[in-house]
Amino acid sequence: MQYMALIYAVPNGEEGYEGDMMADYGQFTQDAIAAGVYVGGEALMPETDASTVRMRGGKAQITDGPFAETKETLGGYYLLECADLDEALTWAARIPSAKYGCVEVRPVMVFDQ
Amino acid sequence: MTQAALAHAFKADSGRVLASLIAQFRDFDLAEEALQDAMIEAARTWPKDGTPSNAGAWLLAVARRRALDRMRLLKRARDEALQQNLSLLAETPPEDEAAQEIPDERLRLIFTCCHPALSQEAQVALTLRTLCGLTAREIAQAFLVPHTTMNQRLTRAKAKIRNAAIPYRVPEGPEIEARLAAVLSVIYLIFNAGYSPRSPVLSAEALRLCEVVHHLQPLPETAGLWALMSLHMARDPARLNTLISLKDQDRTLWDHPAITRAITRLLHALAQSRPGPYQIQAAISALHCEAASWAETDWPQILALYGALFKLSPTPVVALNHAVAKAHAGAPKGALASLEALASALEGYQPFHAARAELLAQCGQAHAARLEYDRAIGLTSAPEEQAFLRKKLSDLP
Repeated sequence: MQYMALIYAVPNGEEGYEGDMMADYGQFTQDAIAAGVYVGGEALMPETDASTVRMRGGKAQITDGPFAETKETLGGYYLLECADLDEALTWAARIPSAKYGCVEVRPVMVFDQ
Repeated sequence: MTQAALAHAFKADSGRVLASLIAQFRDFDLAEEALQDAMIEAARTWPKDGTPSNAGAWLLAVARRRALDRMRLLKRARDEALQQNLSLLAETPPEDEAAQEIPDERLRLIFTCCHPALSQEAQVALTLRTLCGLTAREIAQAFLVPHTTMNQRLTRAKAKIRNAAIPYRVPEGPEIEARLAAVLSVIYLIFNAGYSPRSPVLSAEALRLCEVVHHLQPLPETAGLWALMSLHMARDPARLNTLISLKDQDRTLWDHPAITRAITRLLHALAQSRPGPYQIQAAISALHCEAASWAETDWPQILALYGALFKLSPTPVVALNHAVAKAHAGAPKGALASLEALASALEGYQPFHAARAELLAQCGQAHAARLEYDRAIGLTSAPEEQAFLRKKLSDLP
């Protein structure tokens, strides 16, 4: 079985975090890899960099921000390698559930080396 | 050279120079800072050395160097853009560069600024900042929001363009129509900002932007919007900075040569048989402008055009205008019935209540008309609009 762990938190809410959060994330990832349970994982850019696409009447409706209805819940994910946002949105619009739900597109965070 | 003369030279070229810088460096902030540096350099050297013959190319050449300096400082050497620019710069001697024609990147820039993944208010702000060269403070004043809010809006939009990799390109194929519609709607929002009265600065900027878009990519809807805005502006002299309804305007004050130019371009656009909402609205405006008097207005034609407009944009406001045209075309009772059907959708919309009041008065229902005018007056805070509506109210029998 594969399981996806979804990380929900208040943006920038780590201020009260005890210890070094980045180091702890690094440790967790190493532990998961060592245990053979790690398949993949990424940090995402904040909601303010999100875009949402819906297919309605054969047309892609693109909006700024994450605008899932409260009835809509996360049902899966794809990690896509694309040249720019337009390419990512074109692919996202082709995901079948975009016809009745929506697909949020969030850039993956790139950490400075 | 005075500060005013410098400011004028900057104003003429800054949009185009900034667009080129953003095209090369893909970084709005870096481009803005580099252009700022180049302007400071110009203010220092031009008064004693004279203004260069091609001021825009000079600014671009200096700004590119400043941008590269800044990138070095920021240790962005690994950035691919820098490598490309460094090799390009090595190939081009500076004197040649300043003589070059600046490639016009403004079309790509406006499509980036008006990308649907940005909120519309961000699209408007970013377009005014980058293509029109307005400061955040000026934009904040025009849209009546605090300066800090406008700064945040601009910062956030630029961050999203960078972080989400919103591309810097002109859309192609079937995509162009929808994306152009977003660009034109931003231009029209800029045109109407501060209405009423419109801000003359922003109206002129909107017309100029529309001209740039049309020059770089001629499409009938762009010409339609240009004609629509030109026709609005041509009638401004008869409004005298106050609200005078079309019916009561002195038509000799209209700018008739401007009307002729707008109609010529509109007819050329309509001849391409790709009608759109702006072309139709311009056609309606043109019929008003061509009528020698209110009584001679071609209402049946205007009614037909509103019908066509409603098919393309079926909004309650278009339906309202369609109903008003119906009344003028000789069917006030039918028009009043059409308005009743819109009552729930347009409840609280001042022009709806003003129009309903006028129709009630035409149908001899003075008491009901009075109540509607009161309602309309209560819905506007603009003193001019209130005075305009009070005058109508006092004219009732």
